[in-house]
Amino acid sequence: MPRSISRSLIYLILIVIGICFLIPVYVMLVTSLKPFDQVSLDHMWQLPKAIDWGGYREAFSKLAPNFMNSIYLVVPATLISALLGSLNGYVLSKWKFKGADWVFIIILFGMFIPYQSILIPLIQFIRDIGLYNTIPGLILVHVVYGIPITTLMFRNFYASIPDALIESSQIDGAGFLRIYRYVIMPLSVTGFVVVAIWQFTNIWNEFLFAVTVTSSDKQPIMVALQNLAGSQVVHWNVQMAGAILAALPTLLVYILLGKYFIRGMLAGSVKG
Amino acid sequence: MSEVILTDKKTPARKTTLGSKPRKRKRMTGDRWLALAFIAPSIILIAIFVYGFIGWTGYVSLSNWNSFLPDFSFAGFDNFLYIFKDFRFQADIRNTIFFTLFFIIAVVVLGMFLAIFIDQRLKGEAIFRNIFLFPMALSFVVTGVVWRWVLNPSSGVNLLLEHFGIHFKWYTSTAVYPSLHIGAIDFGIPAAVIALVIAATWQQTGFSLAMFLAGLRGIPEELKEAARIDGASEWQIFWRVILPQLKPIMFSVIIIMAHISLKIFDLIYTMTGPGANFVTDMPGVNMFETTFKSNFYAQGAAIAIVMLVLVAIFIVPYLIRSRKGDA
Repeated sequence: MPRSISRSLIYLILIVIGICFLIPVYVMLVTSLKPFDQVSLDHMWQLPKAIDWGGYREAFSKLAPNFMNSIYLVVPATLISALLGSLNGYVLSKWKFKGADWVFIIILFGMFIPYQSILIPLIQFIRDIGLYNTIPGLILVHVVYGIPITTLMFRNFYASIPDALIESSQIDGAGFLRIYRYVIMPLSVTGFVVVAIWQFTNIWNEFLFAVTVTSSDKQPIMVALQNLAGSQVVHWNVQMAGAILAALPTLLVYILLGKYFIRGMLAGSVKG
Repeated sequence: MSEVILTDKKTPARKTTLGSKPRKRKRMTGDRWLALAFIAPSIILIAIFVYGFIGWTGYVSLSNWNSFLPDFSFAGFDNFLYIFKDFRFQADIRNTIFFTLFFIIAVVVLGMFLAIFIDQRLKGEAIFRNIFLFPMALSFVVTGVVWRWVLNPSSGVNLLLEHFGIHFKWYTSTAVYPSLHIGAIDFGIPAAVIALVIAATWQQTGFSLAMFLAGLRGIPEELKEAARIDGASEWQIFWRVILPQLKPIMFSVIIIMAHISLKIFDLIYTMTGPGANFVTDMPGVNMFETTFKSNFYAQGAAIAIVMLVLVAIFIVPYLIRSRKGDA
């Protein structure tokens, strides 16, 4: 086949699949901008006759408190778990002790388990320490179950820092903490960006812990969105506007810092 | 790729300074203790929250705690026997099998071909890449809400399909093909699962695309050039040179997708729920509803343990293998 024809064919295939991928976005945007009397199953493909922000207003008034809950959850949880992961990664890559690699594998298994298998004791535990239905309770959960992925990401990141750098700092008389603070930390900026973006996205999008640890007024945005969508009385335009509002922060992060998001994804990433 | 990433080639820096400097060595060991002290909290947390809690769930699964009030009297394997006889759980297993199968095939095939196409130094490469990748930044809840609307049987893509005389009921269909009677259920491919596969594939293809793209960029150009000089056609180069190089990546993508699929909860819960006759139910949804809606804690725990075992079958050999690659 001549090269130009096969290239056009490739473009054609990519464009067709690309359009398929954008269909949900189109439908979501179009529906969210319609007044609810125009939202009907028969007309879902049509553009709105006039742009109407009513759906957004209603979605915003319903979801705003939960949006803030998610912010209060995601910011501390991301910072703490990134710091913890960085320390763990530093120890497991530069201060390997006997059996360190096995310890790493044992920690790593924690990110693959179905969380259903720890949920019953977890809820019991969170109740017992008085953090049930609180944001700090959810922060704790996300920090703990974030340890495997953040440790993995930082360990691999630090593996690229030459050991000779650590050794020469030791000869200069620097200890564990000084090396971390003055050698590792300054070299970790990219690592922190990648891990923070990853944790931010995952915790923002997480649902299972959110729906079991919190109820009503403490719920993060994804639970509120699900409740919004689950109720029969809420119109589709409000649901779609709500979905866009809920997706906006992670989508913005992807648009602005996509490169780092993909790096995180490739660093042994797992969703769900 | 993640195999490469799970391991590193460096050996530990155990080159302590010469034994003739006792002062230095003493501080070194002090630092080693400090390092251990810093990682100890994480190890303890994982020991309790992962392994301890799994043990606790196992204990609950063997108890009689099937009401609101905890009851830890020993029930043996009654809960497991119950769920395996249960219509709903049998349907879950059927749905999981077909969902996992189709989902993995779709994500691997679509991701790989898109990666190969995008790797051809196209104009607008970044645009294409981003179109396929952005759903990865979205939550399964958002995906579920949107696709429930797009695939709504009385609207959505069906309005387009009806022009061609096709009537799909998508996730509301209760049809199962070929509907063999096995156990309490009709075994076969539940039509409704296809809708879930589409939504999940839409979201996760970006991951496989990024993995394959990274892999393709890692194949040395000389390798393809050499094959070309030897007179291989582009097709032969794909089968004989590129595909073998992508094998480890394909393996990683399959493992990671399999474990996502076995645990899946949010997407199903928001998009369809268990569905009529449980045609779209999955173990994760069943566990959640059995435990937290109906208070059958012991049965819920039993389902959770089955899920864990299924995931472990895929993941443990994968982790051990990556550990061996380290040595």
